Amino acid sequence: MKTSKKSKSISYAKWGYIFLIPFFTIYIIFSLIPLVSTFYNSFFENYMSGLKQIGPNFVGLENYKTILFDTELPKYAYNTLLIWILGFIPQIIVSMVLALWFTSVRLKLKFTGFFKTVIYMPNLIMAAAFSMLFWTLFSDIGPVNNLLVAMGYEPISFFQNINATRGLVGLMNFLMWFGNTTILLMAGVMGIDSSILEAAQIDGASSWKTFWNVTIPSIKPILVYVFLTSLIGGVQMFDVPQILTNGSGGPDRTSMTMIMYLNKHLFSKNYGLAGALSVILFLITAIISFIIYKNLTEKGPKEKIDSNKKISVKGGGK
Amino acid sequence: MKKFKKIIALTLVLIMSLSLVACGNDTNEVATPPDGSSDTSTDPTPDTIAEEGKVLNIWGWNDEFKGLYERYFEGAGKLPDGIEVKFTIVPNDDNAYQNALDEALLNQKSASDDEKIDLFLVEADYALKYVDSDYTLDIINDVGLTEEDISGQYKYTQEIVTDSKGAIKGTSWQATPGLFAYRRSIAKDVLGTDDPVEVQEALSTWDKFYDVAGNAHGKGYKMLSGYDDSYRTFSNNTSSPWIDNDGSIIIDNNIINWIEQTKEFTDKGYNNKSSLWDDQWAADQGSEGKVFGFFYSTWGINFTLLGNAVDTPLPDGVTATGDPEAFEAATTGNGVFGEYGVVEGPQNYYWGGSWLCAATESDNLDLVQEIMRTMTCDADTLTTITKDTQDFTNNIDAMEALSKDDNFASAFLGGQNHISLFAESAKGIDMSNISPYDQGLNEDMQTSFRDYFNGTVDYDTALDNFYRAAIEKYPDLKRPK
Repeated sequence: MKTSKKSKSISYAKWGYIFLIPFFTIYIIFSLIPLVSTFYNSFFENYMSGLKQIGPNFVGLENYKTILFDTELPKYAYNTLLIWILGFIPQIIVSMVLALWFTSVRLKLKFTGFFKTVIYMPNLIMAAAFSMLFWTLFSDIGPVNNLLVAMGYEPISFFQNINATRGLVGLMNFLMWFGNTTILLMAGVMGIDSSILEAAQIDGASSWKTFWNVTIPSIKPILVYVFLTSLIGGVQMFDVPQILTNGSGGPDRTSMTMIMYLNKHLFSKNYGLAGALSVILFLITAIISFIIYKNLTEKGPKEKIDSNKKISVKGGGK
Repeated sequence: MKKFKKIIALTLVLIMSLSLVACGNDTNEVATPPDGSSDTSTDPTPDTIAEEGKVLNIWGWNDEFKGLYERYFEGAGKLPDGIEVKFTIVPNDDNAYQNALDEALLNQKSASDDEKIDLFLVEADYALKYVDSDYTLDIINDVGLTEEDISGQYKYTQEIVTDSKGAIKGTSWQATPGLFAYRRSIAKDVLGTDDPVEVQEALSTWDKFYDVAGNAHGKGYKMLSGYDDSYRTFSNNTSSPWIDNDGSIIIDNNIINWIEQTKEFTDKGYNNKSSLWDDQWAADQGSEGKVFGFFYSTWGINFTLLGNAVDTPLPDGVTATGDPEAFEAATTGNGVFGEYGVVEGPQNYYWGGSWLCAATESDNLDLVQEIMRTMTCDADTLTTITKDTQDFTNNIDAMEALSKDDNFASAFLGGQNHISLFAESAKGIDMSNISPYDQGLNEDMQTSFRDYFNGTVDYDTALDNFYRAAIEKYPDLKRPK
């Protein structure tokens, strides 16, 4: 009896591996091989001059030297980070507030399902289309400027102004992603044991205090997850600024993100420099991913236990 | 409730997508299927089918040639039965057309016969890149046109597509001398006259041009629409190519003149701060515009300026020669049709132009030869094209004849015979300073210096940005030492 049970479970495991095959095949073909070849390409001089192929010639670390010291990569990294922050700060605040409202037992908001759908909707539109829409709205003779003129203001050339261009990209990222973040945070807030919140209220904590001392520590793993995934998304920011500035990253390349810069090299089929830049971006993303992994696998449960302890100690003290 | 939610969500999605669709009015399409050209008759002429491929692939960046081809080649019944013509259109911006074309040409050998490019269009800015490669055919020795066929063409249109060994690798139906198109009403207000001779007198040098700009500004007009309007009058009159022999970028004095003039115009408010092809620039050419004039070459006046000047687009196929009544009905009171005049302006220049190149490995050489002969060598066809479209075509005798023809006039230009001005200007065109990199460098120059004109950056930063963008696009180029 026992042995037959064992063999059954082994055969199930075999099926598990078989079902995993499609994933690994696709992963190897579309992710692993390109990844390895990117590393390989980054050591060669290899581009098209007109219809002539130059290279591939092995140049060692020359491409990395060019990317790190001869280009304005730090500037593009700064642009990327700044634009990401411009979008992320309003995003996290608005999402937090909405998540609390939607889950609040006291408010009992009506039509939350409807609102959840509406705030998620900008994310359903293609980023390129959304960007095109903003580009048309804020162009020199677009509706926004028409409105300004009609109200008696001077028209503004939004895309010739550094802050306006960066701000618009931030605004678009905010609009596209706050719905998604709200839903993630709601999941976190709903996961908090309601008895803890009730206990805090019975102890006389104000809603502000409950929020800071109970809700926030309890959803910390989710917050970290939201922060880091958004940061990875931010590092890869491309389509919105690309379309909005027509690929120029203007004015004065101040809205050029790192991936836009990468794209510039791909246009001349410069596999060497593009490869080196991709490897650098890969390392940045890998570090961030590692932090997420660490955070979710180790700190997560510990944190929960800690907060539970504190509450129980507090409760016991009274 | 659930159903209600779904309906609301669906409606919102629809509304959003509708507004997006409404915003895009891009006329360029990728892989345009031929309209009604798949005339596959059941009884094809045997001798043409035996050697020729069944599909003729033509690549271009807009539908200008497509329209001409459909009207004057296919429309004239010259397409043999059983051959399908397929146009592939990729927009020009940011080298997109060249990149797509390069990829297709590099795969030309391995492509199936029906996929092979047979004919493709190139612009002056990058013609050399293709001409000096093995991907184009000699139109005389390979394609089969004769010296006599092309003897009527403007010489410069052949020089531009002559490779380093002296073979002519392309042929064009148009010559593209440039003129200055001005708004008659504004000229009357500023100069007191709209007569082309007197306007030309007032604009014959850059100094005079500058004075008129000041006067126009005083009366609430702008002399030019944007930064790049006068660019070609400088960049196509340079004393050296963009690149020297070892691949360093050279900024010609004339380019610096453009930068200085444009900066001054911008600071003094003589232009409207637009960029070529943007919405503001197009609007400035229409009924609401307050801009004195535009530098435009042949195709620009009858293809672009006309399109921007009218409020409702002219119906397809309606021409002054084909259907005079319909043409008059469509144009009378339509925007500022008839409100423009043309003069030579302060400087002779050219801008643009399209050349037909036969692709190596083409399996339709006979047909390619026939299209080239009809569209670019045949004096009758070219005269008809000029009469119908007002475009300036590539036949010296035909153009000289039209320029002396008192009956020939452009309704769009208020009855002016612009061909005589073009014919005069075409003689002075010098294309000896082109390089294969012109398109990318011209584009980067305009984009990088926009920030300088706007006052966002100083001159040196703009120049630095220009070099950066140029070397990103062409990694084999270097900054000057």
